[in-house]
Amino acid sequence: MERKELEQVSGVLLDEESELSLSELCRACGMPAERIIALVEEGIIEPRRGAAQWRFSGICIRRVRRVYTLERDLGVNLAGAALALELLDEIERLQAHLAQLEERHKR
Amino acid sequence: MEYKDYYKILGLERSADQAEVKRAYRKLARKYHPDVSSESNAEERFKEVNEAYEVLKDPEKRAAYDHLGAGYQSGQDFRPPPDWDQGFEFHGGGYTGADSAAFSDFFESLFGGGGFRQSYGHGQRRQFNAQGENTYARIAIDLEDSYRGATRQISLKHSVLGADGRPQLRERTLKVKIPKGVTEGQQIRLAGQGEPGIGDGLSGDLYLEITFNPHSLYHAEGKTVYLDLPLAPWEIALGAKVQVPTPDGPVKLTIPANSTNGKKLRLKGRGIPAKQPGDMYVVMQTVTPPAGSDAQREAYRQFSDAFDFNPRQSMGG
Repeated sequence: MERKELEQVSGVLLDEESELSLSELCRACGMPAERIIALVEEGIIEPRRGAAQWRFSGICIRRVRRVYTLERDLGVNLAGAALALELLDEIERLQAHLAQLEERHKR
Repeated sequence: MEYKDYYKILGLERSADQAEVKRAYRKLARKYHPDVSSESNAEERFKEVNEAYEVLKDPEKRAAYDHLGAGYQSGQDFRPPPDWDQGFEFHGGGYTGADSAAFSDFFESLFGGGGFRQSYGHGQRRQFNAQGENTYARIAIDLEDSYRGATRQISLKHSVLGADGRPQLRERTLKVKIPKGVTEGQQIRLAGQGEPGIGDGLSGDLYLEITFNPHSLYHAEGKTVYLDLPLAPWEIALGAKVQVPTPDGPVKLTIPANSTNGKKLRLKGRGIPAKQPGDMYVVMQTVTPPAGSDAQREAYRQFSDAFDFNPRQSMGG
């Protein structure tokens, strides 16, 4: 395995406030527009309200990618992946809460 | 190179039929999927399971693998016997799996030849141009990194096309600037740091998803940061001025008299310093000291005399 010299790089932060157009989101997720549209129709990601054209928050990339890997790796359909995603979010929230309670209990 | 027992990886007998192979794979894929699993070695196990399934789901690859014999132990040093695959045809050849770059040397030595390598070669001759794929990775940082901004090192494995037209694995280390104010789930896009393009195609981008390492004091939800603050019963009852740590450095905090356990005090703008900074919440936690000496036991007795207090009132006790 070759090793390459260390380079220092800085990137663009994609956060809740950043706005991506449909084509920017497609490029970011490596996916055709039809797939993104299907995700919007399933309610997995939501474009900002009020704008004439679709604008997505930078946080959508993570959701799109997770749905994609769940579909690809586990053979679930879009609705199944959407359900899994919601349950995973809930589990993540509960685990953080539980960790906090356990930490408190130790004292 | 180590021999891999694909049956053992999927928890199967060598006599398992194709339906059993699929069933075992599906179960393990759900169990170890890196997005679903909470097991610490999930990613590694998931790759292993995929590799095993890639071979065992295909009757021809499976027959060839079985032909190697059952005499090998998992992890044993292994060289493929010469012409081991003679008489087997790998229709479609090479890999069909999505993440084949992650497969082991063992897999590569057995199934890496054939169709995959050749089709790459053809593409080269036709001078085929395509943009490289985007790649996605996670980077774990400390909460303090988000308060100050930081530079973090990350190692990435890439497959690149070698001079002989075969993909090779290359490890690359990047020093990435973490901007101030990032929160969990956000992405940093590093333009041109993804997979290299083919021909004249541009490189893809690398997306890094931010996660936080667990912290002994704080925990963050979005850009809001929480801290549990232990207080003595007299501090919470009488009020106090205490020093409180924040990721930004200690602050003096006034505990109002007659506070209650579990209530939160807000430190405005002391959460994660995003464009609109988050708030920090201090959760008050009463801690009672043990009565070790006679004087301390006497103090508790006086305490008890002074209050007409039944903590179990709501239990009807």
